[in-house]
Parts: sequence; C-alpha cells; structure tokens
Amino acid sequence: MTAPSTPRSTGGRLRITGYAAAQVLLAVPLLVVFVFFWVGGATAIIVVGMVILAPSLSALRWMAERHRSMAAQVLGEPMPAGYRPLPEGDPFRRVLLQLGDPMTWREVAWVVYAVSFGFALSLLGLLLLAIPVLGVLWYFGIEPIMVARSTVDRFFLTRGHTERLAERVQVLTESRADAVDDSAAELRRLERDLHDGTQARLVALSMNLGLAEDLLASDPEAARQMVAEARTSTTAALGDLRTVVRGIHPPVLADRGLVGAVEALAIDLSIPVELKLDLPGRPSAPVESALYFAISECLANVVKHSGAANAWVRLGHDRGTLQVVVGDDGHGGADQTGGTGMRGVARRLAAFDGTMRVSSPRGGPTIVTLEVPCDLSSPKTTRSSAKDSPGS
Amino acid sequence: MRLVLAEDHALLREGLTRILTAHGFTIHTAVDNADDLAVALRDPDAEAAVLDVRLPPSLTDEGLQAAIAVRAARPGFPVMVLSQYVEHLYARELLASGEGAVGYLLKDRVSDVADFVDGVRRVAAGGTVLDPEVVAALMARRPEEPLGRLSPREAEVLGLMAEGRSNAGIADALVVTEKAVAKHINSIFTKLDLPVDSDDHRRVRAVLTYLRV
Repeated sequence: MTAPSTPRSTGGRLRITGYAAAQVLLAVPLLVVFVFFWVGGATAIIVVGMVILAPSLSALRWMAERHRSMAAQVLGEPMPAGYRPLPEGDPFRRVLLQLGDPMTWREVAWVVYAVSFGFALSLLGLLLLAIPVLGVLWYFGIEPIMVARSTVDRFFLTRGHTERLAERVQVLTESRADAVDDSAAELRRLERDLHDGTQARLVALSMNLGLAEDLLASDPEAARQMVAEARTSTTAALGDLRTVVRGIHPPVLADRGLVGAVEALAIDLSIPVELKLDLPGRPSAPVESALYFAISECLANVVKHSGAANAWVRLGHDRGTLQVVVGDDGHGGADQTGGTGMRGVARRLAAFDGTMRVSSPRGGPTIVTLEVPCDLSSPKTTRSSAKDSPGS
Repeated sequence: MRLVLAEDHALLREGLTRILTAHGFTIHTAVDNADDLAVALRDPDAEAAVLDVRLPPSLTDEGLQAAIAVRAARPGFPVMVLSQYVEHLYARELLASGEGAVGYLLKDRVSDVADFVDGVRRVAAGGTVLDPEVVAALMARRPEEPLGRLSPREAEVLGLMAEGRSNAGIADALVVTEKAVAKHINSIFTKLDLPVDSDDHRRVRAVLTYLRV
C-alpha cells in the first residue's frame, strides 16, 4: 500500500489508471443495479419485488466493496465497510436487515455520485493516458484526480463519525454492563468462599484454642490434643486462603507476568503442552489477568472435554494486538456459546475490546483464538534475564 | 551449622530464628530484603540458607532468584526455600542445576516443627525436600517415559522420596516394612536407568527425573 504522501512510480500511476478504467466500466452495471433497486423496492409488496431486490442489494454491495478496496489503495489507508452483521438463512429477513443498515443507503446515495461526477473524474484520468499528446498531463494529473475521486468515495462508503461513535457507545454500554455483572458475581463468589472456608475454619480454631485453655490445668493430655487439632485447622485455613488468592490474582502472575504464569499452568497440566510464548513486554495488569484466566479456562476445557493427548499455546504481540492461540488434538465439537466458562471468557475479554474465536470441527482439532488490543510496557524481566550474581 | 535466614515479616523471622536455634542451628545473619541477602550469601562463613520467595524491594520472586544465583556461584549450596504458595515451575528452576540440597516448602509446614527441622537437616546434607503439594501435582500428570515404566506403588514411593522422607518415613506412610521400601527403591533406580552411585546421590537423581529437570 502506498501512502498518499510518497510519490508514485510510473507503475503505480498506471495501476491507479487501471482503477479508473475499472470504475468507468463498472458505472454501467451500477446504474442498472440502481434502477433495479428502486424498481424492486417499489414492487416489494408483491413477491416479485423481493426477488429483484435481493440480488440487486448483493450486487450493490459487491460493487461498493470493489470501489472501497480501490479507494483504499489510492488513499493508502484501510476503508472498512462496517456493515451490520447478517445472519445466514431466511433471505427475506436478510433483505430487511440490509435495508435497515445505514450503510446500504450510503451506497445508494454513492451510486448517484459514482455514475456522474465520479464517472467523469475516472474517465478524465483514462483519457489523459489514452491521448498521447496529453502524456505529461497524465503523469502529473492522474494522482490528484484519483485521490479526489477516492476521497469522495470514502465520504460515501465509510461510516460517518457520528455513526461510528453511536455504535461504539452501544458496544461499550453492553460490555460495561457485563463487566459490572461479572465483578459482582466474582465478589459474591469470594464472599462465599471466605465465609464457608476460611472463616468457618478460624472459628473452629478459636474454639479449639479456647477449650485447650480451659483444659490446660485439669487435663494437659486433652489440651495437647486440642492444640494439635488447632494446628490442623490453621493449615486447612491457609490452604483455603491460598485457593481464594489464586482465584483473585495468582501469585505466579504477579511474580512472572503472563509468560511465566502460562508456563506454570502448562507444567501442572496432566497432558503435555507445547509453548511458544513471545512477549517483548507486559500488558497492563487487568489485561494480563483477563488473559491468564482465559487461557486457564481454555486449558481446563482441553483437559476436561477434548480427550486430547497434546495441547499447545502460542502467545504473541503484533501491531498493537496481543494474540493467544490455544489448540488441542482432541475430538473437537466444542461450542463457544455452550459452556458458561467460555462465555465468561468472552465477556471478560470484551471489557478490553478483546475477542474470542473458537474453531472446533467434529473430529478436531479445537483452536481457540483470543485477541486483545493493548500496548506492552517495560521490557521483560523473566528467567532469561535472571541475575547472574547473587542478589543485585 | 550457620544459616542465612531471609524473611521480610518480622514475626515470622523471629519465629524461624527461635525454632532453628532451638534445634541446634546457628543463625549467621537474618535479613529482611534481597539486597542484604545478596551480601550475606557472599560470606564464605554461611553454610546454608533458609529463604522466603517474596522479598522486598519488588516483592516478586527475589528469594528464588537469590537461591538460584547463589547455587550458580557456589554449586551444591544448601537452600531451603519457603513460600506462601508453591509452584511446580519454581521447583524445577531450583533443581535445574542438577545437584540436590534443595528444599521447597509451603510456609505452613513450619508449624510441624519436627518435620520442618528434619527437612532443613536433610537439605543441608544434600537431600531434596519438596512440598507435598508439588508432589501431588506431579502425581496427577499422565506419566511419560521413563516414569511410565514405574508401577503405581513405585510412583508413590518416588513421590515420598521427593518429599524428602527417609526409608523409615516412607515405610510408615505406606504401612509396609522398610525392607519392602528398599526393594521398591532399588527397582525405581533400575527402571530409571540411574548409574550406580552413592544411595543419596541416586535418590537426588531419581527426584530430578521425577521433576523432568
């Protein structure tokens, strides 16, 4: 992709002239589709209208997409379409959803431009090359002409600022509500764990010690027994506390960061896990924690459900996105929406604009891909850079 | 035996000092942070160390790093590492150098004073003492070669060896005779292809194989 600021080579100029030619050629089908769209729309009440509308919408999208990618090449920046998601199946419903998508109406409006001024601009660029006398003019003129054409294309074919903001607000509202729900549930769970486990054991402990105090003078042997029991309760209470702490924030994650914590997870698993972990720094603590629990959940599922003999985890950071892939050679058939655990993972990641994809055909393999946009901070201080002299 | 003790909680440091001196150890230095620990470990008079994993300044795994570093500088230097939680990963790192003389226990185990002191003695004598939690996690794994060759009973014996128990201790735990234990242990040595060596050394090698170091 060439940035607009850097001058194009002659080859690059020829290429965008090729786009101009394609745009000129596509103008006629665009016009046809435009007419069919309105005819179909007007007759939609009778079934024949729907039959016309559905293919013309698809054709419109296809052609708009071609123009988007051409404009993206000319302007040197991506032009995401940003359609609303369309479910598979029922074509009637798909047409209605497409009509409800503001992007469709942007495209319809765009056709008017693409077959008039846009067409004229592209044709001009093409003619400059076609007429040899004008070669110099073509060399200097084709780029501004195509940039002008593509800028207007972009105006019509990408979502406006307000639309993007509105959608962002929608997404944030949902993920915030989920995050609030999740943290409330988490607190309830913690309260229960502490109440049923640690607290109960400490009560037993203090009762034992009280009894021992009473018996110390009259029955030292029984008192000794009580103290021994009290010690057992302490050990159990400490065990409970460790479990609770691991559930809040695993100590190894605090010590070693995500890479070390995933190594520790893998070592404790009952099947061999191949690791390829490459992180030049550490993500922020909340992201690190969310990813750790996500990976932990994925690996737990591998062991519980997949019947796999081997698993692997890959972790990397590229262009502002941290990507984790957890795979296994089990029998597949895992469902992203099925388990509450996996749903929780997806929701937790969503709070950081992260995503989870599950690919699990019957017969395997199952591959879970987690992606979170984030920056990494401070170079890693893991074992590889461990101190070579005592302390320091 | 002169020990370096590193523990940042004053109460626990006092407690450990009291327990260890009461059982015939001498506390060479007791420190509460990683920097002082590094200095203390450089003293050739120090003969062994009892360390907490988490120490100031960063409160992550300084104690562990100090243990690994001192053993790199002084191979076979006995180190007993204590922690609020145990990680199989850390046990592996501690033992990666291939010599024994390593202990890795939950802090709770200190409450069983006799066992704990016995553990420190075993470590000082070159043995390996791992927390039962680490061993339990290892037992849960699907065995790989050459561990797959062990019978379930032998695996159990090896687990108890990793915890640092003597033959008598293993016999007690499994309710069998010491002779039977010795037989199991010989069979473990053979199945793991451990070269003929002193019994102590073979025990350490067996535990290292167990940890897949």
